Amino acid sequence: MSLTTFLQQCLTGISLGGAYALIAIGYTMVYGILRLINFAHGDIFMMAGYFMIFAMASFPWFIALPVVLLITTFLGVGIERVAYKPLRSAPRMSVMISAIGVSYLLQNLATYLFTALPKAYPEIPVLKRIFLIGGLSASFVTFFTPVLTVFLVYILIMLIQHTRIGMAMRAVSRDYETASLMGIDINRTISITFAIGSLLAAVGSILYFTDRMTVFPFSGSLPGLKCFVAAVFGGIGSIPGAVVGGFVLGLGETALVAAGYSTFSDAFTFVLLIVILLVRPTGLFGEKITNKV
Amino acid sequence: MDQSFHAMGERRRNIVLSLCLAGLLLACCGYLQANKYEYNYAISIIERSLIYAVVAVSMNLVNGFTGLFSLGQAGFMAIGAYVTAILTIPTANRPSVYYISGIHPWIENLHAPALLALILGGLAAAACAALIGIPVLRLKSDYLAIATLGFAEIIRALIAAPMMDRITNGSYGLKSIPGFSSIFQVLALAACSIGLMVLLINSSYGRMFKAIREDEIAAEAMGINLFRTKELSFVISSFFAGISGGMLAMFMRSIDSKTFQVSLTYDILLIVVIGGIGSVTGSVLGAFLVTAGREILRFFDEPFFLGGVQVPLFRPGFRMVIFSLLLMIVVLFYSKGLMGTNEFSWNSICRFFGRKERKKQEGRVPHDGAK
Repeated sequence: MSLTTFLQQCLTGISLGGAYALIAIGYTMVYGILRLINFAHGDIFMMAGYFMIFAMASFPWFIALPVVLLITTFLGVGIERVAYKPLRSAPRMSVMISAIGVSYLLQNLATYLFTALPKAYPEIPVLKRIFLIGGLSASFVTFFTPVLTVFLVYILIMLIQHTRIGMAMRAVSRDYETASLMGIDINRTISITFAIGSLLAAVGSILYFTDRMTVFPFSGSLPGLKCFVAAVFGGIGSIPGAVVGGFVLGLGETALVAAGYSTFSDAFTFVLLIVILLVRPTGLFGEKITNKV
Repeated sequence: MDQSFHAMGERRRNIVLSLCLAGLLLACCGYLQANKYEYNYAISIIERSLIYAVVAVSMNLVNGFTGLFSLGQAGFMAIGAYVTAILTIPTANRPSVYYISGIHPWIENLHAPALLALILGGLAAAACAALIGIPVLRLKSDYLAIATLGFAEIIRALIAAPMMDRITNGSYGLKSIPGFSSIFQVLALAACSIGLMVLLINSSYGRMFKAIREDEIAAEAMGINLFRTKELSFVISSFFAGISGGMLAMFMRSIDSKTFQVSLTYDILLIVVIGGIGSVTGSVLGAFLVTAGREILRFFDEPFFLGGVQVPLFRPGFRMVIFSLLLMIVVLFYSKGLMGTNEFSWNSICRFFGRKERKKQEGRVPHDGAK
């Protein structure tokens, strides 16, 4: 393999990893606060793809983008209000089943509204411009994704470390009951967490689908699972961990595809999951959890 | 003395009632079987429900009784289905099934009768579960769910992989699998499988499962070997999932790796949740309700005219939306499902009617309010 091909593959992998990282942050934040795998997160990401198709049909791209981000955020917060909030005190299995139910509903709803056939994803001219650097050729989105990911993650970490709402989030994720005793509005904090997660999923969706070109009702389920694995890999609850996990997954998958094992690129994710859970169950940057009786 | 006499009477009554019910059901099935061309549709719904009932009870064994949130059912069904299919496809038909990439010499002349093939399919699924269980069952609830889901996907990827083309026929799937000749075969298989699982649940092992579900640490303190018991429950559940997968293959006559997607696991989860997590009769009822309901709700998918105007909502896909809404409503408002953790018993039914009867009498006869 020549150096150019190698670099080209690396670029693809990093770009895919950036999109994964943005989605994985949503998982890790929700899990950190609610101890819930938000199975619907991948489908929120898929719905954002459809929103973009319809927004682009009626607006120019610079209006369509904020509209899509806003609608997706509302969708995420709405799902939390309807499907998870009533189950705050229910056993964890019920909440998880509810999350699976929402995922099932969103997929079926998308099949019903938009049919099961893949729909073409609109091209945003700015993102699709081809750049040539040395022997490498890639569209703008490929270069832009990792940069944007790192930038957004920086802002997010600043938000969590240095603002009141960030402090509230950390408190709620540390100890739910004590936080509420301290006068933190739990429901508001959780809503904001979902809003941030969905917003980042929408950004990730735009970057991901611009590369993939089509959206169909199940295009969110597998990336969703993979991003959860990325979050686990990095240590659930840790945002830098989710980012690292996303990039590792993106690079690993691209490497497998490049080596000719594309059928196993999905299986790779789960093998990685099993390995990390066996070797280091708390992930790369996770905190140690002790069992309390 | 009086009490024990009463209990004996009750038991005799229960046996008589159960026999009557079983006889009635058998008679119904016999009637359907006798006129099988007329009731083809009903028979296929009942057969599918029975197959789903087996896998739902097997999922309930792990999720409801042992408290392990496993989502690998579709993967184990796939193993059972492929083993059964490979062993039962008539040798004469094999060249036409494997016409694309040829058949592997190992399995070319391997053939087994259907029952043996089903059991082997179940054993293959169980063996796979035993291997998977060693690393996975150490995980806690959500991680376990994701890991088992991941394993189901890995199994599916392996089945569809080009390296397996000469065994599983890759993405083209397997066809001309011999089917069931009558509804009684399905009924007998399902009844045996569910019966065995009920025996297990009522045995001391079943009590160990429930102890783990209620409190792992307390169970361990009572001397239960956590890992071994979990593994046992997981392996047995996978065995029956494999058997039901084999039955599904025989029922559908043709399978491919897309049959066993995650959505199949979700369908079964839906059955378990609607029936009640931790209730065998609930799962069986749920299987019939969900399978039949899905067929009956088919009119949602067809254009619907009200007074000559087409109602705009009714078009393909609407049925599944209604269905998933139903699941959400059950999860949010009736988290216990149909049966909760209760089982069907004649005593509770008699008590239910008895209470009504008594209420009626109380209403009629005015009494002095001392009650």
